[in-house]
Amino acid sequence: MTTYLLKRLAIGALTLVVASIVVFSVLEILPGDPARLMLGLNASEATVQVLREQMGLNQPILLRYLDWAGGLLTLDFGKSYTYSVPVIDLISERVVVSLPLAIMALLLSTAIAIPVGVFSAQRRGSTADTLSMGAAQIGVAIPNFWFALILIYIFAVWLRLVPAGGFPGWNAGLWPAFKALILPAVALALQQAAILARVTRSALLDVLGEDYIRTARAKGMPRNYVLWRHALRNAMIPLLTILGLQFAFLIAGTIIIENVFYLPGLGRLIFQAITQRDLIVVESVVMLLVATVIVVNFLVDLSYAIVDPRLRIRQ
Amino acid sequence: MSLLEIENLSLKIGETPILRDVDLSIDAGEVMGLVGESGSGKSMTALTVMQLLPNAARTEGRVSFDGIDILAATEDRMCALRGDDIGMVFQEPMTALNPVKTIGEQVAEGIRWHTGASRADAEERARQILDRVGLPEKKFPMSRYPHQLSGGQRQRVVIAIACALKPKLLIADEPTTALDVVLQAQILELLRDLVDENRMGLLLISHDLAVVTQMADRITILRHGEVMEAGETAQTLSKQAHPYTRQLALASTHVPERRVLAHPFAGDRASLLEVQNISRFYPGQRLSMFHKAEPFRAVDDVSFSIAPGQSTALVGRSGCGKSTLARMILALDRPSGGEIRFMGETLTGRDEAALKPARRNMQVVFQDPYGSFNPRHKVERLVAEPLHLLEKQPSPAERREVVASALHEVGLRAEDMDKYPHEFSGGQRQRLSIARAIITRPKLVVADEPVSALDVSIRAQILDLFADLNGRLGVAYLFITHDLTVARAITDDVMIMHEGKIVERGPTGEVLDHPQSEATKALVAAAPDLHRAIARRLQEQG
Amino acid sequence: MTLPAAEFERETFGSFIAKAFANRSFVIGFVITSLIAGMALLSFFWTPYDVTKLIVADRMQPPSATHLFGTDQFGRDVLSMIMVGSRNSIAVALVAVGIGMGLGVPLGCWAAARGGFLDEAVMRFNDLVFAFPALLSAVMITAIFGPGAINAIIAIGIFNIPVFARVARAGALAIWPREFILAARAAGKGKALITVEHILPNIANLLLVQGTIQFALGILAEAGLSYLGLGAQPPMPSWGRMLFEAQTLMMVAPYLALFPGFAIVITVLGLNLLGDGVSDVLDPKLRRQR
Repeated sequence: MTTYLLKRLAIGALTLVVASIVVFSVLEILPGDPARLMLGLNASEATVQVLREQMGLNQPILLRYLDWAGGLLTLDFGKSYTYSVPVIDLISERVVVSLPLAIMALLLSTAIAIPVGVFSAQRRGSTADTLSMGAAQIGVAIPNFWFALILIYIFAVWLRLVPAGGFPGWNAGLWPAFKALILPAVALALQQAAILARVTRSALLDVLGEDYIRTARAKGMPRNYVLWRHALRNAMIPLLTILGLQFAFLIAGTIIIENVFYLPGLGRLIFQAITQRDLIVVESVVMLLVATVIVVNFLVDLSYAIVDPRLRIRQ
Repeated sequence: MSLLEIENLSLKIGETPILRDVDLSIDAGEVMGLVGESGSGKSMTALTVMQLLPNAARTEGRVSFDGIDILAATEDRMCALRGDDIGMVFQEPMTALNPVKTIGEQVAEGIRWHTGASRADAEERARQILDRVGLPEKKFPMSRYPHQLSGGQRQRVVIAIACALKPKLLIADEPTTALDVVLQAQILELLRDLVDENRMGLLLISHDLAVVTQMADRITILRHGEVMEAGETAQTLSKQAHPYTRQLALASTHVPERRVLAHPFAGDRASLLEVQNISRFYPGQRLSMFHKAEPFRAVDDVSFSIAPGQSTALVGRSGCGKSTLARMILALDRPSGGEIRFMGETLTGRDEAALKPARRNMQVVFQDPYGSFNPRHKVERLVAEPLHLLEKQPSPAERREVVASALHEVGLRAEDMDKYPHEFSGGQRQRLSIARAIITRPKLVVADEPVSALDVSIRAQILDLFADLNGRLGVAYLFITHDLTVARAITDDVMIMHEGKIVERGPTGEVLDHPQSEATKALVAAAPDLHRAIARRLQEQG
Repeated sequence: MTLPAAEFERETFGSFIAKAFANRSFVIGFVITSLIAGMALLSFFWTPYDVTKLIVADRMQPPSATHLFGTDQFGRDVLSMIMVGSRNSIAVALVAVGIGMGLGVPLGCWAAARGGFLDEAVMRFNDLVFAFPALLSAVMITAIFGPGAINAIIAIGIFNIPVFARVARAGALAIWPREFILAARAAGKGKALITVEHILPNIANLLLVQGTIQFALGILAEAGLSYLGLGAQPPMPSWGRMLFEAQTLMMVAPYLALFPGFAIVITVLGLNLLGDGVSDVLDPKLRRQR
């Protein structure tokens, strides 16, 4: 098991290093001077020079990469040009919105999808199965930002149950802050839940066709017992893969959804940074999100090993 | 009244009739052999008794087990019977166990479910039954997972699950078909003992007449879903009253007529194939970051030669390295050491272009008639594939002519070249496979278990074809098989392989009649033989 | 004994078509996809109104007989904009699928054929690209080159590469150990030739199904990007952008947000149904479960 995990850990670390080189190179392949790009065409030469100095652009490239990468490791991302504050402050201020949102959406989608998928697989071919898979099929096709608009229209504009957007901050109390995240989380969760429900069903049906399911049935175990105790755990393996991939989509989804709801999260930060050409912020947030995806993928590998003894124990 | 009584059982899946008016009965302590070729409905009969049929299945007739009407029983009632009063063992041990549960859990689960025993009690009983089936806890802790066991060991676990609660009836559906002969003999002995110990009824399903004769008190012969003949085993098989019984028995022991080489060893000077000290090692499993296990010696220092036109069998248990050896001879796998010479040319270490002349003279026939062809190509293209090796590529018209004559050689028609492989039966596909192998007129054909996936009657025809081509075209064979009957039928010479080494070699009849090495003795003792089995049965009855 | 495995059976083209049109998902998906494609083609020659002309007098008309889906704040006909916008969505998604297939499939086949270190390297490259969700790469690309449809295509296309590489590799790895491949090797055929003759025809159905899935995902991703203003730029209408503009007017003209959204949902639904249908018909393993 340790060999497997060490290997996955090494792969994750390697991916992270290469990803950092890719992100860093983005600044380097920029046509022209990044400092000038950030300041716009009307900036004076002197201001540009100041910024170049500040960004360390006058140093050799390797040194600058090591400097930057070293900074990342110590959570020192540099200083935002537009906000004139350390990037880490901006990030920590925003992450308390994005992270709860992503987790809420993930929990919500899993909580809906797994029971629906199991329910459908149990009743394969029935009307209930056809209806729920039809609904899932439509759910997959609905873009999350459009669904968000509909939710806003129904629950904020029409029913006035929740705010249409914005975030009062966690200082305003747990409930108001939570309330502001409900619609965004639902909007994010729908598509993921639809995908996950379909995958759960088909993974279960695959497993239910296996020989060992017949062995368990020949042992006298009733159908539902076999489904929950034998099939589901084996079906977890493809499910975990999808959950890992979905996290990346969820990250991308937060960028859009935060913009729909005007939530001051990382997605909104990166988007504003683009329009303001604050490349240091863009770079840092992209790197942070990429790192999150890589860490989540490692966690998925870890859970494979927990679910599947063939990875845990050598023959 | 019998333990199990099946009367006038008919079964349809959708609109397809599977079984028609099947009658069968088993008494306590009795072994009933159910024999038939593929598609005869053997497995479906077993699944009917278990009520584990596919959803679209419709049954008619009467099945009563211990006084219970099975066809009318509720699902709850069946759950109570399955695993408690009726146990079942399946064909494929590699996939029959849940990969994410320990063997202890899987055995104890049924015990707890049926008896309501506590976890500790159930585990204790699981320990006992695993010990009984030959998996003592000292060597095989109950915390093992299926992937840590071999095929034979896994089949023992499946038997333990089926017999944990001493069922009145055990159904074994081809329980040894996926195992080699030595393991087969061990598993059959275990089943025999369990039946005797607990006075179980055993429904033994098999395609192998010899296996059933060894085991069964009575026998039922099934064909196309109908019972052809049923009765006391030795009587039925020695009298062979029904023509189909006769046909099956003849096919099972079929020996093709073939020209015998005058001097199998005389051709050593001009041998066709020479293998010298060939080895193939696979790197050992990594035990930790810094330690690797010893490399696995799949083939270990093997030398032999084959003369032109000679038919040689390579026999051994599964995993003994025979297929690896064959692949190295075919230059599909690189040896770790040693040299292979074919028609005087060294093959080892050559690149693909330099191998072309050798490949032209050396072709291959595989085991699986379904996996041997690209399902998306037509027969013409499939059979013509080795023509790629010719110096001068034939024109389309020439190609069709060559393919037609190859198809003719193997008893197929020229028109067949415009069909897709799925339009042929298993036996016909194996003929296609042979047509492809002989299209370049090779001097040597390596055949890797070419008849073991075929029904006995088809097997007999294919063996005839091999013998015929050997006589007419003078092609030499390296015939890889685990089946001694096949080796006897088709080869001059036999090599016995054991754990990567060739342990014995000589004329086939001599070696198999008077085995010298332990490995050969074990193989010969374990191999089922129909004539001997019938003789023994008749003798027992006096 | 087991029945002959149906997965080795080959469909002739005629029987495939017959089966396909007996499959509900395929028929619905096929009809929807054809309608959308037809609409996009039609928009080259004819739209109810000219989408480049701004007629202020006609602004914010609710749906009516003259303007079936109403008009926007500049007086443009929403139906016409949806028709023209479909071109953009289809083009971006299609080219992105092309990029993904064109680079991903050879990469996956190559990795499967060679194995060993190269295979490992390709898989690690996949991991790397997977760590950058399409939207994130689009954000980075836009940060450098500024927004535009081309950048959307590149970002989505890059993300498609590892998807197709993975599918092709997994499919090829399942075919390589089969006996007919060994027979082809015994016939002296090299890895490249075997890949072309034997591997590709047998993974084509997997790729086709994945192609429709990625096409649908591409439509969704493009809509998301243009919603954020990172996709096609005005005056070229795009579905995502129409939704963005509708958001601010939601109180007054909710229908503006309705129709472009429906256009996206229906297109994606049609493609997904088509993909499901094709995989039902082509994949006997799933068919057996029915």
